[in-house]
Parts: sequence; C-alpha cells; structure tokens
Amino acid sequence: MTKKDDNISAMCRPAIGEAGKTGDWRDKRPTIDHNKCIPFIKKKPACFLCWLYCPDGVITATIPISIDLDYCKGCGICAEECPAKAIAMINEEGKDD
Amino acid sequence: MPESLFKVNIEEYMLPGNRACSGCGLSLAYRYALKALRKNTILTIPASCLTVLHGLYPTTSVVIPCLNCAFASTGASASGILAGLKALNRQDITVVAFAGDGGTFDIGIQSLSGAAERETDFIFVCYDNEGYMNTGTQRSSATPIGALTTTTPFLTKQEHKKDMLKIMEAHDIPYLASVSSSYPVDLYDKFVKAKRIKGTRYIQISAPCPPGWVYPPRDTVKIGRLAVETGMVVLFEIEDGKFQLTGRSKTLAQRGNKLPVIAYIERQGRFSKISAEQVAQLQNWVDTRWEEYLRRAST
Repeated sequence: MTKKDDNISAMCRPAIGEAGKTGDWRDKRPTIDHNKCIPFIKKKPACFLCWLYCPDGVITATIPISIDLDYCKGCGICAEECPAKAIAMINEEGKDD
Repeated sequence: MPESLFKVNIEEYMLPGNRACSGCGLSLAYRYALKALRKNTILTIPASCLTVLHGLYPTTSVVIPCLNCAFASTGASASGILAGLKALNRQDITVVAFAGDGGTFDIGIQSLSGAAERETDFIFVCYDNEGYMNTGTQRSSATPIGALTTTTPFLTKQEHKKDMLKIMEAHDIPYLASVSSSYPVDLYDKFVKAKRIKGTRYIQISAPCPPGWVYPPRDTVKIGRLAVETGMVVLFEIEDGKFQLTGRSKTLAQRGNKLPVIAYIERQGRFSKISAEQVAQLQNWVDTRWEEYLRRAST
C-alpha cells in the first residue's frame, strides 16, 4: 500500500476479485480436453481463440492452456468459439439444465 | 489463427473478478482497448455499465487511473484533465473518455460536441450496447427499430437508430472509427492507431449485451459477428477525411455476401415482437447505409 494523498478523499486501489470470487456465479464449468486442443497437439503457440475471446481474461495463452476457475463466470464463449471443440461446458454440482 | 494475435500486448489491465455480467461484450472490448492504450493513460467515465465494472470503493478492477464524472460531462471532464496535465507539463499522457451509448448519443452529446469543437486532444470511446443497460434496459436513441425495452414494452421501438458516427464526422475530427467487440484484433489495431494521432478521436464500439438483447451469454461473439455480417454494424475508419472499410466489412464488400438482417434478428429475444413491416424497414435502412458506405469506399 502506497502513501495516501491527502488531497484525494476517495480513491480506489486495484485488486483482483473486486466482486469476490465470481466463479460462484457459474452454472456450467468449462472443461478442457487437452488432446483436442490445437496448441497442445502441435506443441507450439497456435490458435488461442479461447484466450482471445474470454471477456474476463481468465484463460492463459500458454501450453497447456489453463482456466482460472475461481473467477471464470461460465459464459461459455470459449466452448462456443473453440474450433477444435476441445472445451465442454459441464453442469456444476447441484445445478441442472 | 491470425498471425497478428501474437502482436497483441500480453499484459492485462482489467483484472478478473469484476462486476461485469457473464459474457459481457463491453468487458471483452474493454480488455483489448486497455491493452492497446497501455500505461500512461488517464480514463474518465460517466455513469454507465463501465462504472459497475470498475467496482465499488475502496477497490477497483482496473489498473489504469480513472476519474468518475457526472453523466453529461464526459467531454468537459476530459478537457479538464488535459488542462491539468498541460499545467503540470505532462504531454506524454493520453486522455481517454469511455461512455456508453446513453452517455454519448443522448446525455453526453453536448459536452462531446463542445470538446470536439475545441479540438481537445483526447480519445472519446462510445461503447454502443443499444440502450441504458446498466439501469435495466431502457430505450436510448441508439436502440434499433423493433426492439423491446422496458420503456417500449408492448409496441417495440418505432424509430431508427441515430447515426452518431455521421454527427461526429461532421465535426471534422482527425480520426474516427467503428469497431466491434467480436473482432478484437481489428479493435486493438484501431486503438493503437488512435493513440498515435493528435486531436479529437472518436471510436464507436458495438458491444452485444446478453441480458439486454435477450440471448444466452455464450452467443456474445456470434451475435456481434452477425451484426457485422448483416451490415447492422459496419467496420470502417475515417482518417483525415479518407474513408475506408476494414476487416470483415471490407471482405463483405469485396465478395458481396452480406446476410439479410433476419439472421441477426431471429437470435435475439428483444426482437420477439418485431412486425414484418418493421423488418422490411430495418432491412431497407441497412441497405441504404451499406450502399452509401460502398460508394464512399470506392471513391
């Protein structure tokens, strides 16, 4: 925490999880099948369309890709846009269709 | 995959765990806008969905300095920040105003027009989700004909959307662009370009809204893409008076395979009460504008 400026009465500080763990908004959980994922098969940076289209930036452009399930809101854009259909949306426990 | 993806700034300026809805088109566009603007930027935002995304005191989900201002004063607020920066002799900072379509088309138009007339050196970004989505989907002058909102609940909206891009073009500003959240690389390129130009710059983002437009959150990118493919949204830029179509709109113009608007309408619940007559009116409106854009692109 840096020193407070006396001229500013209300100032916000950046923090991850400003709205709490937004992962609990989710009805469906994205699950990756790495054997279908293009960068994982090719073993080099490619595709990463899930990273590109994720509105919350919780998917990493790494090999293998990983999803931060603490903050993933479960919109399902990644599963919809994946050209290899490597991401499936699976119901969270206790939540039905 | 697009090779240009690897040129995109890898750093994230919008942190996860923010208050934006699941599948928010604005959130997607904002992520890339901030990546393109990078550090050395000051934002100013009026009341909008974006203030919700920025969060509640004492924390915020965005790592770039931001000033919250009153609804009607976005342009004036940016002018004030610039005057302050000038007094401090800080010429290296870009001032960016980010407003919704209500804060641009309706409430903020006078301060924006004033700032553009004074040739204020800032970027004004309007993210257009076609209604007052933050307060619960009220009609704005950006709502298209035939859409249901909470203030047009039975008859649907009877008027066409206001052409804000034309209004801004009439201010003779050095850079003006139309982008869509479904084409993040095109959006990123235009923001990078806008950052380098001096003078008032205007960028309008088409941002689909799952609760307001009534469609499942997973379709955000698809709906945005359909908006471009049907010609509801045209991707273009005007740099020093020179008009050119970009990205998907350019290839659509070359191949001439624009889809009918019904492909876009049928996927959204807000158009569930649109009449056949209104669909024809909307198609006619889209076609007239598209013809005009094609004519301008070819000269």
